Amino acid sequence: MIHVRDLSKTYVLHTQGGISIPVFMGAQLSVQAGECVTLHGPSGSGKSTLLRCLYGNCKADAGAIMVRHGAAYVDVATAQPRAIIDVRRRSMGYVSQFLRAIPRVSALDVVAEPLRATGTAMEPARARAADLLARLRIPERLWHLAPATFSGGEQQRVNIARGFASDHPILLLDEPTASLDAANRAVVVQLIEEAKARGVALVGVFHDDEVREAVSSRIVTMQPEVSA
Amino acid sequence: MNDHPLLRVNGLTHMYGARVGCRDVSFELWPGEVIGIVGESGSGKSTLLSCLSTRQRPTAGVVEYDTTDQGLVDVYGLSEPRQRMLMRTDWGIVHQNPRDGLRMGVSAGANVGERLMAVGARHYGRIREQAGTWLDKVEIDPTRMDDQPATFSGGMLQRLQIARNLVTHPRLVFMDEPTGGLDVSVQARLLDLLRRLVTDLGLSAIVVTHDLAVARLLAHRLMVMKDGQVVEHGLTDQVLDDPHHPYTQLLVSSVLQP
Repeated sequence: MIHVRDLSKTYVLHTQGGISIPVFMGAQLSVQAGECVTLHGPSGSGKSTLLRCLYGNCKADAGAIMVRHGAAYVDVATAQPRAIIDVRRRSMGYVSQFLRAIPRVSALDVVAEPLRATGTAMEPARARAADLLARLRIPERLWHLAPATFSGGEQQRVNIARGFASDHPILLLDEPTASLDAANRAVVVQLIEEAKARGVALVGVFHDDEVREAVSSRIVTMQPEVSA
Repeated sequence: MNDHPLLRVNGLTHMYGARVGCRDVSFELWPGEVIGIVGESGSGKSTLLSCLSTRQRPTAGVVEYDTTDQGLVDVYGLSEPRQRMLMRTDWGIVHQNPRDGLRMGVSAGANVGERLMAVGARHYGRIREQAGTWLDKVEIDPTRMDDQPATFSGGMLQRLQIARNLVTHPRLVFMDEPTGGLDVSVQARLLDLLRRLVTDLGLSAIVVTHDLAVARLLAHRLMVMKDGQVVEHGLTDQVLDDPHHPYTQLLVSSVLQP
């Protein structure tokens, strides 16, 4: 589902004297349907950057990121923005810890939105959203409120629900369980297992050792690049 | 996906004498896409928007629009009546100051109905009904239909301007700082409304803004302008989260986090 070849990324900070921070060189990664590959390594080893490159949120300097999109593959590293938008709409989801709350949109609709975007009718989309919000223990009285006023943990769980609401064949998970309590962590682990069983290809970064052990089909170890 | 763009811009340049308005701008806008143009004051954003929307003839370059009857045509090659027709039917222009886009001397309902009449609507009852529907869509109480815009707040005026533009179901909307000059709670309401209308109607839009948060919420793609030139161009979240050009990095790092 995902084939990363010879991917390199360096951040150049022009506002700080133009210093270069190499993140990784020649990275390789392949992910099959139904497996959860975990990126593991010390802080600064480029786990999140690699994940963001897969999503097209970070621009790689060299290499290819072939992502399965329908019957074909799209190279996210070089594709046009509108092609990446289409990949994100139909093929690839991203779950981060941080919800970008939109003023006045209810939690239920925030979660239902990715399904709506792929053509699911309002009612089934909301039903699926309600199911996920309930599983992630968001009290029902909050469903019709905009999440901007929710606590950090609630916002995070709304965002997780949103990520798992869609039927994307590829899911990227950026520390989705950070700062969750044990009960909610267990729900996320369960959601990941269900996604694997459905044949979803997952790539994740998990801080929590227990979660990592529980969900990983494979662990890929990353090391920080040494500055040249 | 459609196989040709709605708007194709090539080498667009506008000079004010020896001074550069915008220089060598090229891009394509696809159906359903929203492009944000960001940059500081004086970077050429508004000049570019004027040149795109036939309000200012560029010094050089071509702007082609996909007309429903003839396909892609050079908008500056069209006769003036056809340009005006395009402005009234296929296009909408939302000005930063709603007073520039509204007729302040006639009622709110007439402001919306007037656009309908310009495209041939004649039945008074139906025009009034549609005007009412649109006031409702932009969250203006339809009982205010016969009131003068001068009695409206700034946020209401901006929403009225949007209703006036969208009532004819344009395919392309140009917006110049649509949330500029509004206080933040009013801005949030307008943004949510714009976002919903753009998605529901499948509109394409070009939005000029200096507010990166507005750009993130509305635009699929961003063009960053500096000194009249596009210095960076890409997916909105990529440009904002992983900016490459020194100027974009400065712009993104200058934003105060509330």
